[in-house]
Amino acid sequence: MSKLAELTKGLWKENPVFRLLLGMCPTLAVTTEVVSGIGMGLSATFVLVMANLVVSSMRNVIPAKTRLPIFIVIIATFVTIVDLVMNAYAHDVHKSLGIFIPLIVVNCVILGRAEAFASKRPVFDSILDGLGMGLGFTLGLVALATVREILGNGTWFGMPVTGEGYTPFLLFVLPPGAFISLGFLLAGMNSIENRRKAHG
Amino acid sequence: MSSTKLILQSSPHLRDDDSVRRIMLTVLIALAPATVASVLMFGTRAVVVLVLAVLGCLAFEAIALKIMKKPLMPYLTDGSAVVTGILLAMNLPSGLPWWMVLVGALVAVVLGKQVYGGIGSNPFNPALVARVFLFISFPTAMTTWPVPGSDLFGMGADVATAATPLGVLKTDGLAALMSSDSNLYMNLLTGHVGGCLGETSAIALILGGLFLLLRKVISWEIPVTFIGTVFAFTGVFYLVDSSTYADPLFQILSGGVMLGAIFMATDMVTTPVTRKGMLLFGFGCGLITGVIRLLGSYPEGVSFSILIMNGFTPLIDRYITPAPFEDKGGELQAP
Repeated sequence: MSKLAELTKGLWKENPVFRLLLGMCPTLAVTTEVVSGIGMGLSATFVLVMANLVVSSMRNVIPAKTRLPIFIVIIATFVTIVDLVMNAYAHDVHKSLGIFIPLIVVNCVILGRAEAFASKRPVFDSILDGLGMGLGFTLGLVALATVREILGNGTWFGMPVTGEGYTPFLLFVLPPGAFISLGFLLAGMNSIENRRKAHG
Repeated sequence: MSSTKLILQSSPHLRDDDSVRRIMLTVLIALAPATVASVLMFGTRAVVVLVLAVLGCLAFEAIALKIMKKPLMPYLTDGSAVVTGILLAMNLPSGLPWWMVLVGALVAVVLGKQVYGGIGSNPFNPALVARVFLFISFPTAMTTWPVPGSDLFGMGADVATAATPLGVLKTDGLAALMSSDSNLYMNLLTGHVGGCLGETSAIALILGGLFLLLRKVISWEIPVTFIGTVFAFTGVFYLVDSSTYADPLFQILSGGVMLGAIFMATDMVTTPVTRKGMLLFGFGCGLITGVIRLLGSYPEGVSFSILIMNGFTPLIDRYITPAPFEDKGGELQAP
């Protein structure tokens, strides 16, 4: 696989949200508005890149039997950095994401990439993989948050987009709306993918 | 060699001439008294809601079938979309903005039915899915109840509105409810109370229910256990403290209990198939309704209770299975 493909596979072909269905908990929970979606996505991207880098460079010294706790410790280190930096410089986003920032530790996209990719591949490939997966995750969150914020609140990035007479569908900023939107986005992606395959 | 072939066929071996279309037609006839009652109470607004809901369901069904590349016939003409439309309208207040009715139709047909694979495959009652979707999305519009009998030929937005009896009970207490209407029980029976189109006349709904029972489209288990459990549950509270809790007769006549127990909780697709399962289903619906009404924050819980029990239906059917050739009094009988 070329270096470019390692980077771009996370955007569509192996998109963590829509194709691998990993990291569903933050996906469903923080996508009520686009800003928190981006905040969560970029935090996860930073952790992904850094965790992949460290795991990959230490892959020959990590004992197989204790690899999972070691991965978690590495990931938790970077999550703590994100948590503190965000609290200092992006306090509002930090407040709206709340518990979901520390919970990045157990985000299965990150552990999944450490286990399935970084622990077996060279450092540079792992960085590209982490970056692509992270951006793909961010993209997925933004797509879902766009649907939910517009339908459920009538705004996008906090700006009103639907005009005066619009009555927002409250359901879409509530948990059921997350599942319904995700379901329809998945159906749309699958339908596009099937059409692409059918046409070669 | 004889040329006679042994014909092997999978079950069912016993058939009758029931068809989806025939059952749906029977349900429509059974809904007629309640539909007429709703029009008499709410006038042209009820007609608008009914027509929009039915046409909306038919149109979205056609569009969904088209998108999924399924044949339009016989699905479009089997009557199920019309029944869903009428049941949806029965679950909406008559003053609802027209586009919300259409959103409801879209949700009922697409989200409630077609995403699961169409008629017979949906785990939840489509009309109730739409009702709860609208109720959670537009809490104000869905709880604005035009006063029955007022402004029968009006079309506009300004109509006198009032709380439902259950709403009055929840927010203002029992004393306010009893003093609000001197003829409460008679009005509950005839339908002269605020509420959804189908939450009004208990008599019209019971008439339809009897017709369904007579035509064997529904059986007695679910409606009787549903209504019975609501009666018993609220009755216990009434006996303990009759100054706070309304009496059980009021509880079963008001709100959506009759509509839900007779028409929504008896849907063949989304409810258990065995008798024991049905008894359990009806009991669960009644219990959840009672709990939400008396202990929850919403005044009414019928639609939630039925949806929750819909979710339990596969589990109930899995664990309550009739034994084949069950031993009945020493004689082997076909199940």
